[in-house]
Amino acid sequence: MMIKSEKNRIRQQWDDSLFDVFSTVVLIIAILLVAYPLIYVVSASFSSRYAVTSGSVWLFPVEPSLEAYQAVFAYDCIMIGYRNSAIYTILGTLFSLTLTVLCAFCLSRKDFFGRRVVSFMVLFTMLFNAGLIPNYLLIKNLGWLNTIWSLIIPNGMNAWFVILMRSYFQTAISEELFEASSLDGCSVYRQLYSIVLPLSSPIIAVVSLYSAVGIWNSYFDAFLYISNQALFPLQVVLRNILILNQLDISQTADLRDLASRQGMSTLIKYAIIVVSSAPLLIMYPFVQKYFVKGIMVGSIKG
Amino acid sequence: MNVLRQTARPGRALGVIPVRKRLKKSIPYFILIALPLIILLVFKYYPMLGAQIALKDYKVRLGIWDSPWVGLKHFATFFQSTKALTIVLNTLYISVYYLIASFPLPILLAVCLNESRWSKFKKATQMITYMPYFISTVVLVSMILQFTDATNGILNQMLNALGLESVNLMGEISYFRSVYVWTGVWQSTGYASIIYLAALSSVPTELYDAARVDGANKFRRVFSIDLPCIAPTIITLFILNTGSILSVGFEKIYLMQNSINTPVSEVISTYVYKVGLINANFSFSTAVGLMNSIVNLTLLLIVNAISGKISDIRVV
Repeated sequence: MMIKSEKNRIRQQWDDSLFDVFSTVVLIIAILLVAYPLIYVVSASFSSRYAVTSGSVWLFPVEPSLEAYQAVFAYDCIMIGYRNSAIYTILGTLFSLTLTVLCAFCLSRKDFFGRRVVSFMVLFTMLFNAGLIPNYLLIKNLGWLNTIWSLIIPNGMNAWFVILMRSYFQTAISEELFEASSLDGCSVYRQLYSIVLPLSSPIIAVVSLYSAVGIWNSYFDAFLYISNQALFPLQVVLRNILILNQLDISQTADLRDLASRQGMSTLIKYAIIVVSSAPLLIMYPFVQKYFVKGIMVGSIKG
Repeated sequence: MNVLRQTARPGRALGVIPVRKRLKKSIPYFILIALPLIILLVFKYYPMLGAQIALKDYKVRLGIWDSPWVGLKHFATFFQSTKALTIVLNTLYISVYYLIASFPLPILLAVCLNESRWSKFKKATQMITYMPYFISTVVLVSMILQFTDATNGILNQMLNALGLESVNLMGEISYFRSVYVWTGVWQSTGYASIIYLAALSSVPTELYDAARVDGANKFRRVFSIDLPCIAPTIITLFILNTGSILSVGFEKIYLMQNSINTPVSEVISTYVYKVGLINANFSFSTAVGLMNSIVNLTLLLIVNAISGKISDIRVV
């Protein structure tokens, strides 16, 4: 009996190590598959145009050069797009955050008359939307085509953010605080300002992060509503250059032959990818905590 | 404390606070929620009224309200058109393919991460696999185009280095769906694994200990503890996903479309955009979009109801 259980234990340990090997291999494959394309883009963007077109870049930059970046930073469209996207992202996030806090706070309070109706109205927007044309006609009839408002105001209310924040308020802030404060004659506004806001920095960070990433990366609204080049956000500029190939490299001088021009255009594209993704990727390690936390909070209530 | 609460709000315990009093107490809330509510009504609900043009012949000079009613004419036109079937099937094909391809991998990743005891390696893996989430659709598609480029692309450079023939992934219709789906998997798997990881972290450790004593190895523990414990999460996400089975997001597929792949890449969302805004056929486009939304909502409710019957898990 003793011997048999000892045998089983060894067997179990062996199976466990086999599992560890298996799971480690899965993770390593995942890392390689995800990281390689990203590393390649960065390396290619720092290489010379000949190295990229001749296929000698595999992992690290070959014949390191900054010529692509010089060209990118000299390219007005991209800089304008950058500035516009920064403005839209900051204003849009602030607006969305304000609405989300106000709405989530009211929905988290049990003594708010009409809580269920408003909750349903918010939730329903997640399940059903009117579609492209009705939204477009609304913006058009408001006279908001080619204005910054079309990109900031309509998306201010995001049902997912409201639900996320509401469940945070309900779980992380204790009801006693509200009861004690209202006995002391504290108004609802004061409760929001002095109790809820100071306790909510994690969820405010989460919603800001998701909102900012969403606005910075979206092109659809601007693609529909904006035709004035001076108002293009970065993603629309990128689409024109990267996808539609509207790259005017005559600005960037000394490109004599076709091959050299082609190489340069490939190189510039890689550099543009890096430059345009850089703000988020630089920010990412610092905010990763919140990024994960957001999903955790959301999953409590499902 | 209990006594205090009772004396402070005696009516609450009996549930007889009159409506007027409750309304009066809620005034501050009405003031706070006014702005969010206005935005919600104007930008989410007013367009739903605007969707009535699906049943009208929209004329710009008459506007949404005064255009003449035509009933289900546009719906009929769509279903009688030869394109309708192709577009609906394209949409279904791509989204079912995507659902099947993208659903299991985050679970696998989360289980492996959860079992990994080397915490630095675990952190690094999480950090790297979440990263593609931050890449915009435009950048993702341009990476696809660059990598698969027939002459300069790294993919063909690799294939050639291995002595294999070049492939033109974006230039051949048969590859389109796979490219669309697997690049989506590349981008979303890490991000999607977070929610499973969160669910796994709440599995009580006593279960593992008990299983170990009973002689279960790690494979067994995954199948008998981990997966059953996160089943509610899996089902919930599955319900949410089926709600969008008849929709393929516009942003990525539109960017990936070219003249060669449109026979398989034309989906409802891109079609709605093209007939609506490019051909200015507002009513028809709204009808197609509306049909799509209604089907999605119906599907979601059906799956939700079935799941509620079988497993007690409901999303709405």
